[in-house]
Amino acid sequence: MSASQKITYREAARQALHEALTQDERVFLMGEDVGRYGGTYAVSKGFYDEFGPDRIRDTPLSELGFVGAGVGAALGGMRPVVEVMTVNFSLLALDQIVNAAALMRHMSGGQFNVPLVIRMATGAGRQLAAQHSHSLEGWYAHIAGIKVLAPATIEDARGMLRPALEDPDPVLIFEHALLYNMQGELPVDFSGVDIRHAAVRRTGKDVTLITYGGMLWKALEAAEQLAKDGIECEVIDLRVLRPLDDATIMDSVRRTHRAVIVDEGWRTGSLSAEVTARIVEQAFYDLDAPVARVCSEEVPMPYPKHLEDAALPQPEKIIRAVKGLFGKTDS
Amino acid sequence: MDEGTLLEWKVKPGDAVKRGDIVAVVDTTKAAIDVESWVEGTVHELIVQPGETVPVGAVLATFAAQGEEPKAAKAPPVPEKPEAKKGGKKTAGEKTTEAEPAPAAAPATPPPVPVGRAKFSPAARKRAQELGVKPESLTGTGPQGSITLDDVERAAKATPAAAPEKSRAAEMRKTIAAAMARAKREIPHYYLGETVPLAAATAWLAEYNAGRAVTERVLMAALLLKAVASAAKQFPEVNGFYRDGTFTPAPAVHAGVAISLRGGGLIAPAIHDVDSRPLSEIMPALADLVQRARAGSLRSSEIADPTITVTNLGEQGVEEVYGVIYPPQVALVGFGRVAEQVIAENGAIRIVPAVRASLSADHRVSDGHRGALFLAKIRALLQEPANLAKAEP
Amino acid sequence: MSSSKRAPGIDAVLRHPRELMIALLKNMVRIRRFEERCAVLYGETKIRGFLHLYIGEEAVAAGAIGALSPEDAIVATYREHGHALIRGVSPDAIMAEMFGKRAGCSRGRGGSMHLFDAAARFYGGNAIVGGGLPIAVGLALADKLQKRDRVTACFFGEGAMAEGAFHEAINLAALWQLPVLFCCENNLYAMGTALARSESQTELTVKAASYDVETASADGMDVVAVHEATVAALERVRSTQAPFFLEYKTYRFRAHSMFDPELYRDKAEVEEWKKRGPIHNFSARLKAQGLLTEEAFLDIDREAHEEVERAVAFAEAAEWETPEECFADVCAPETTG
Repeated sequence: MSASQKITYREAARQALHEALTQDERVFLMGEDVGRYGGTYAVSKGFYDEFGPDRIRDTPLSELGFVGAGVGAALGGMRPVVEVMTVNFSLLALDQIVNAAALMRHMSGGQFNVPLVIRMATGAGRQLAAQHSHSLEGWYAHIAGIKVLAPATIEDARGMLRPALEDPDPVLIFEHALLYNMQGELPVDFSGVDIRHAAVRRTGKDVTLITYGGMLWKALEAAEQLAKDGIECEVIDLRVLRPLDDATIMDSVRRTHRAVIVDEGWRTGSLSAEVTARIVEQAFYDLDAPVARVCSEEVPMPYPKHLEDAALPQPEKIIRAVKGLFGKTDS
Repeated sequence: MDEGTLLEWKVKPGDAVKRGDIVAVVDTTKAAIDVESWVEGTVHELIVQPGETVPVGAVLATFAAQGEEPKAAKAPPVPEKPEAKKGGKKTAGEKTTEAEPAPAAAPATPPPVPVGRAKFSPAARKRAQELGVKPESLTGTGPQGSITLDDVERAAKATPAAAPEKSRAAEMRKTIAAAMARAKREIPHYYLGETVPLAAATAWLAEYNAGRAVTERVLMAALLLKAVASAAKQFPEVNGFYRDGTFTPAPAVHAGVAISLRGGGLIAPAIHDVDSRPLSEIMPALADLVQRARAGSLRSSEIADPTITVTNLGEQGVEEVYGVIYPPQVALVGFGRVAEQVIAENGAIRIVPAVRASLSADHRVSDGHRGALFLAKIRALLQEPANLAKAEP
Repeated sequence: MSSSKRAPGIDAVLRHPRELMIALLKNMVRIRRFEERCAVLYGETKIRGFLHLYIGEEAVAAGAIGALSPEDAIVATYREHGHALIRGVSPDAIMAEMFGKRAGCSRGRGGSMHLFDAAARFYGGNAIVGGGLPIAVGLALADKLQKRDRVTACFFGEGAMAEGAFHEAINLAALWQLPVLFCCENNLYAMGTALARSESQTELTVKAASYDVETASADGMDVVAVHEATVAALERVRSTQAPFFLEYKTYRFRAHSMFDPELYRDKAEVEEWKKRGPIHNFSARLKAQGLLTEEAFLDIDREAHEEVERAVAFAEAAEWETPEECFADVCAPETTG
């Protein structure tokens, strides 16, 4: 066994950024309060002093402006990492992400690519109410021309940035805000991850749970409970929300014949809907039950804890959904 | 059971048909069955001719769309006038569905409502095709009663494609052997017999059936079943399960009906809640159960749920039968052949139809005294058939 | 009305070398002939989609872009045929792009609104009003971080100044002291909405100056004025390494697009502005001062026609991109690792 270090998700993200800034002069970090403040989630704490204000660039509250500046800087030969504080504020930058970053390569006949990385926190669960609890990764996964990543583990928080920066096209990284304090082991000789495949986080033969980001841990918890009832769940962490790794999903569903998709986004038009559609398109004749989904309730996120909990996918809801795929068995 | 022969058309193109009208007679392997229409309309075209044998689900006739001219029946296979409804041995199509007869006359518009199309998971459907398992032989245990992969695999195991009848029979024989051996080993049986006059019952049935279509007629077997269940409701010690040294009476009477299978062997699936359902429901349930038992498409609950078994060997001509209790049940009622018997009654001798009823019961749970009262109750109930036909006599 | 502003007299002294004067004229004529031909081709359905003509505004592109150095970058709008042409994007490639052919400067994928050319550092062809502004800021930021002495010239209409993108972009450029030349082509109408109906402050230089940016305003109908103002502004950008806001007061003679019935302005107003037609007035001045003969002008005109006809023939003969090629080029081909 190789040695490992116990670190938080935040520290893993920090190490990844630090490595990128150290190894590539073209990399710079730009966003609201990334510098003197140390990053809203303290991911870039200490960087301002270490790398200076040019490379750890505090921006005004101008999401459209500084995301667009990131597009331009990428066009100009830099490797910007733009931090949008949360996905909620990314709506102010949608035009630059969608109309500029995502379309540029194709629209320019392949002449201009945009090697831009945009990081943002996402998700609910901290009683931040309606405007600070969105989970809109699925929207971004709709857009042709970008890649969308959702690191759910320490390894992915540590490893996804490098391939994202190596990618010649825009890459959006969604970090679930509830994960920053999560602790886990990272091998000392950690050698990196890819950003092309989904990962099977737990193997099982009876049903496939497909999820990503913060919901991975709820799905795994549900899987533990279900195992006690004799239902063995395979849990797939999508990791890459665009382009979706159909092969890993279908391989699993073809074995288990059942799928439950757990997505913190609202159900209607969600990523869960996309995954469902693909399963039906590609593995219909392998399905032994309808595809089920566990999503957030279609309500603006309420503030009180019990209502927020009720609005979000929870292990109990996942368990119920899974059990609903099994009829009354007589054996 | 996947094809049938059209015996006779009761309608011709241009005829107006109301819902419930008999439109044809179809030969099943058991009996000729009246086919009633489930829709209203004008007959457009008779597609299947008398004498033709067609698969289940085939369109027999179409109804005219509004304003459409009726079409002359197409030329029959033998030079016969379409109107010629008789002549020669003519057989007909047959139904498959469970609770209700399928519409045999399929209208052009509106389409027939498929009765209870089985919910079949895509994977199960594909697997069933691969294994050559017939869909109608399957019972769903999945969500919403859907047929799942497991159901197909189980059914395939029960009837392997290579030599299905043989090995299924062998398998079943083994199961029966084990159950019966266990019964005789563990259950201290006692046996009682009683002759039950059926004059009233026979007369009542004849009257009841006279005005009814073939499909609605009630057989004596159903009446006997109802009598047993109604009596058992009042004798909890014959209706329930003996497990681990304890008897648990059942809250309802699910009568297990012993059915002999064509490939050999025997099965006794349940008709649920016979004690609380009217005779008019028991009969179709019985017909359906027999059909599905022989097709191998029983529901798992039907296998597991019987609380008392009824065996009827009268068709085979025996006078009486003393059965072996099916564990964990605690009683079995047997009926022999219904035949005219000489009965002394009130100092007079009468010749009446009667049946020999028997009770095999578990002495751990009941005694002969109660058993005798139970049999007597069955007899008494059968003397008032009109009352017995009610849901709860 | 701005049109009442006094146009340079026919005898206003031209201090620049004749070669430059002729080149400026020639470029205006090239744009005019190119776009007139485009309008015809649109009627022939060779060009489809949106087509926004620049006719009337040629002095801006001709005068401004001629002042840039080849290393500088240009970010333009959807009314950018003239800018691309003057920047040196091949007329053949532009016309093929208008036709939607593979030989187009964007492989035919973008059409009229999305002209791009990496070799010319021509960054579009941006069809979202204001969309190019933040990108220009980013390009200048990259230059600054990489210590390259280059300017990014960003063209936009006065309509874009109502967009948040303008304010965010100019603030960032000023805050970070980035070499951006903000080139505002004020043609008085945001599509059909007059400046006074869309801006509380119609003095655009005043608006821009609030970001602590140097500003200037030039007569966009006079190519020499445009050229001089742009040269001066660029000089400021290079020497201060700070942004500069330059307004070109100009006018669009044609409709906003090919679908515009022009209900929002008087014909008389258009006719009044046409009297200040940049090509007509400038060629008259050159002739009056003995710098241009009618024959020379006709030569210029003929050359412009020939250039366009060559481009049309090229575009006609060019091939279409296949769906397979086109659809496969959304992201980079799969890289390992």
